[in-house]
Amino acid sequence: MSCLLQLRGIEKRFGSFAALRGVSLELRAGEIHALMGENGAGKSTLIKVITGVHQATGGSMEMAGRAHRPRRPQQAESAGISTVYQEVNLLPNLSIAENIMMGRQPMWGPFIRPVEGRRRARAALARLGLEVDVARPLGACAVALQQMAAIARALDQEARVLILDEPTSSLDAREVAELFAVLRRLRDQGMGILFVSHFLDQVYALSDRITVLRDGGGVGTWDVAELPRLDLVGHMIGKPVAARAAESARNEFRGRAAAGFFQVEQLERRGVAGPFAFGVEAGGATGLAGLLGSGRSELARMLFGIDPATSGKVRVDGREVALHSPRAAMAAGLAFCSEDRKVEGIVPSLSVRENIILALQASRGPLRRLPECEQAALAEKFIQALNIKTRGPETPMGTLSGGNQQKCLLARWMAVQPRLLILDEPTRGIDIGAKGEIEALCAELRRAGLAILFISGELDEVVRNCNQVVVLRDRRQAAVLEGGAISLQRIMETVAAA
Amino acid sequence: MNRRRSPLWWPLAALVALLAFNALASPGFFHLEWKEGRLYGTLVDIFNQGARVPMLLALGMTLVIATGGVDLSVGSLMAVSGAVAAMQVNAGASLGQAAGLGLLLSSGLGLANGWLIAKVRLQPIIATLVMMVAGRGLAMLLTGSQMVPFKDEGLRYLANGSLLGLPVPIYGVLGAALLTGWALRRSAWGLFIEATGDNETASRLAGVPTGGVRLLVYTFSGLCAGMAGLLEASNIAAADPARMGETRELDAIFAVVAGGAALTGGRFSLAGSLVGALLLQTLTLTLYNQNVPPAVAPVPKALVILGVCLLHSPKLREQMGRLRIFTPA
Amino acid sequence: MSRLLSSRLLPLFATALVLLVLFAGAGWHYEHFFSARVVLNLFKDRAFLGVIALGMTFVIVSGGIDLSVGSVMACSTVLLATLIMGMGWPVPLAMLVTLGFGAAFGGAQGWIIQAYRIPAFLVTLAGLFLARGLAFMLSPRSLEIRHAVYTDIGARGLPLGDGLTFTLGPIVFVAVLAAAIAVAHGTRFGRTVYALGGSESSAALMGLPVGRTRIAVYALCGAGAALGGILSTVALGSGDPTRGTGLELDAIAAAVIGGTVLSGGRGWMVGTFLGVLILGTIKTILDFEGSLDPAWLRIASGGLLLGFILLQKLIAIRARDI
Repeated sequence: MSCLLQLRGIEKRFGSFAALRGVSLELRAGEIHALMGENGAGKSTLIKVITGVHQATGGSMEMAGRAHRPRRPQQAESAGISTVYQEVNLLPNLSIAENIMMGRQPMWGPFIRPVEGRRRARAALARLGLEVDVARPLGACAVALQQMAAIARALDQEARVLILDEPTSSLDAREVAELFAVLRRLRDQGMGILFVSHFLDQVYALSDRITVLRDGGGVGTWDVAELPRLDLVGHMIGKPVAARAAESARNEFRGRAAAGFFQVEQLERRGVAGPFAFGVEAGGATGLAGLLGSGRSELARMLFGIDPATSGKVRVDGREVALHSPRAAMAAGLAFCSEDRKVEGIVPSLSVRENIILALQASRGPLRRLPECEQAALAEKFIQALNIKTRGPETPMGTLSGGNQQKCLLARWMAVQPRLLILDEPTRGIDIGAKGEIEALCAELRRAGLAILFISGELDEVVRNCNQVVVLRDRRQAAVLEGGAISLQRIMETVAAA
Repeated sequence: MNRRRSPLWWPLAALVALLAFNALASPGFFHLEWKEGRLYGTLVDIFNQGARVPMLLALGMTLVIATGGVDLSVGSLMAVSGAVAAMQVNAGASLGQAAGLGLLLSSGLGLANGWLIAKVRLQPIIATLVMMVAGRGLAMLLTGSQMVPFKDEGLRYLANGSLLGLPVPIYGVLGAALLTGWALRRSAWGLFIEATGDNETASRLAGVPTGGVRLLVYTFSGLCAGMAGLLEASNIAAADPARMGETRELDAIFAVVAGGAALTGGRFSLAGSLVGALLLQTLTLTLYNQNVPPAVAPVPKALVILGVCLLHSPKLREQMGRLRIFTPA
Repeated sequence: MSRLLSSRLLPLFATALVLLVLFAGAGWHYEHFFSARVVLNLFKDRAFLGVIALGMTFVIVSGGIDLSVGSVMACSTVLLATLIMGMGWPVPLAMLVTLGFGAAFGGAQGWIIQAYRIPAFLVTLAGLFLARGLAFMLSPRSLEIRHAVYTDIGARGLPLGDGLTFTLGPIVFVAVLAAAIAVAHGTRFGRTVYALGGSESSAALMGLPVGRTRIAVYALCGAGAALGGILSTVALGSGDPTRGTGLELDAIAAAVIGGTVLSGGRGWMVGTFLGVLILGTIKTILDFEGSLDPAWLRIASGGLLLGFILLQKLIAIRARDI
């Protein structure tokens, strides 16, 4: 098979941060090549380098034997590389035909020839085996059809390489099957397809070869047939499986979560994730384990009322509570540290003190203001206790480092003294030292009787810190492991199960 | 340690520079005179004739802009409250009744703004633009588009009287500003307003009632506009529904922006906005002294606003940084 | 038929229905309302607003807003009057320069919005006061335009018989409408404007010229405002720095009533045309009803604007639920 796109030692630095450290990849004509990796592995950055959104700071690329150095997305497109992004990057307000033809409409003098444009759009969709009314506005179509339109747009550009970034994350099973049929047909026509997905089932069902990235570096490329699922998961989260399982910390906690104060019963958000059923006990830590996109964060957002569940119940102390908004969730004794610190966590121009007391003040209401001295005392207490490195309590939050911001957010939620603290990726993007401190802090909180729902892509962390683990797969609950049953091996086997 | 300059530094410096220019360009600018038990002079006029209305409006506008919004309807709401009060006085109502009804109506329309923005989720610019037109229409409808002269000794005293040698409105405006500042510091609303403007999503997830914050600031802006309308109407003993408060929204935005607040929301400073309002009036007076016709006065105002916004733009800071003329604070 | 009634075209139908009901109601209530003269006057009166509203529609479809149109129009009338009467320029040249001024003013606003990422409403609000001030700088008073060419073009038009003429203003309005429809729906530029309003980031990823298009849209709107100014000088025979106060709202209202969505990406030039006629009809009704307070015009246009915005919100919510 001939090689279409060749990447050699691609490097990409953002300031002092190296997002890609020498990644090599070879995409052949007529293959579907899966690109796998956990959060922060560098998949998106690599795609953006190939498509010209970012420019590589090192290494070289070749497209069909010619040097490929795109500075803008258009240059990659004219070289024959088309991309379908995770969030469909089309125009919902225009028709399917216009979305496919935008920027390359057939012209008659200064005017567009709409009939000819629609004909070509229909032809592009026909290559995918689709026959639809191309005059319909795209926004009124199902996401699957929008995705097809994006692929059709790529086909109309005479693309030879097609990159799909998580194309299936918002499709149902039937739509996924349709999409896969189309992709196989394109592969048989000689196109090279680079496919990013978090769903192992899909990757195994569809792709010919798999390349795994981790921490900005390439781990390797394997033929699908030669790579057992367990090994793949091991490559994605790092270190060989056997070595890891041996050194994995023994779980010391015991308890019966089924009798816990916080009960989740058949909780589901239609079309997003669920159903889930488990209990959390006071002083316990429940881990949510699963690969990226397995529904971890979705469950957390359901519980905190950000994207409320559409069915199912949550009971606190046996009483049913309606978690329809963050305020309602806070009233029920919940607290939530979002994984998206920048957008959903910090208030950057307010001071460290104000950020720490914000949730406590919000729960007291606007009129019962915390006295100045209490605010200062709280801020001082948490800065000391969590070892937050700041010039002082009045420093603007935005100037702190990521780890210290994370500790401030922990302080914000510890200050309201919740009964259940949901931590979504609390250790992501912060340095090793701070990670250890945050883990120690969680243990301390639990000794004080607080329950923790712990979400982390680092399974080591989950195993170390939790006495119960809810394993998620494909946006569903796959298993609940308790006490001694928790081990890296068991979790990975459950995650990788077909 | 590189401590940030107080946010008041720039507007105060500009004000001092402008005053110094006037002192050189027009002799007698600082001349103050004591006549008939009250103080006269250009400095008093800057406040009393010009700055008091923008100052009142700026109190409300500061909070609105701190949430990342804008209120274009303040001029029209001034006309509504002035017209209602004038008609009440003519109908024989007491001072309290007349003023109260005017303020109630303008606050109510402000609340309607807030509802459209917080609950219906219209863009602030659109919701308040609609209110700007509809409010002006309401004022004209109430009065039959006629000027309403009225006479009320109490209101006249509040607008034109003097106390301890200084015009009464000085006490009123400063009192309102101090009361607002005190209320915001005593309650947690100040914190909630800044948090909402700085990062609405994070604030909502921290339990801050961001919808309530919006309702509050637009209602308060309506209340301030109502007070400004009463003051303006009482000053000339007549309510002019068609012209009262026209283009005042720009004055208020000017005061807030010149006072150092970013239009994208977040940190605010009431004192900065008050200084901004004084700066505005001094600028107007300076132009007048330099024989610039009043109708042209919006030009430099608009240029100053645009300039300050450009200075806030990260892109320009980056360009300037490259030129090494200007290091961002 | 059911497809025609799908939510996408619903606002346009609502607009047409409102116009029909208004017109039929008024015709039933007032004796001489159903006459060619009334319709013709409606066109003549609203021609300049129509031209400006069409420019505004482009801006709103692109996801922006332009509050400066009323002032730019006023400034254009004074500029034209000054060029012709004060400096003795030939009329066509003066008109061309005035159009150029409008386009340059609008384009400059667009450039600031694009290059420095300052909100459009703020830049154009500053533009509103800037242009108004410039108008007063050129002339503090209304300037009469007495010129042979002017009286000539003012009187010309398509004779419709019965002593009625379809004068220059309405002719230009209809011509601009036709051009606007052709540009909006039939050219790459027009479709890029819709794309920009639909999603700027998607448009950029599709390789469309986002920056250039945005600047051009504001330039177009500025030129529309200048053309509106020229039409008003032809109709009224003078340039006036106070003209067009509050016109930006009428233009926005006409576009929104015509089904243009304020968040951008959707809109019809024909809808704006209907919107202008609705506003004109309301004004005509108020003229017929001599006793009614003119303040109702403001309340009605504000209320109608709000009503249509709420209708759009409702449709958007329903579309999301389906």
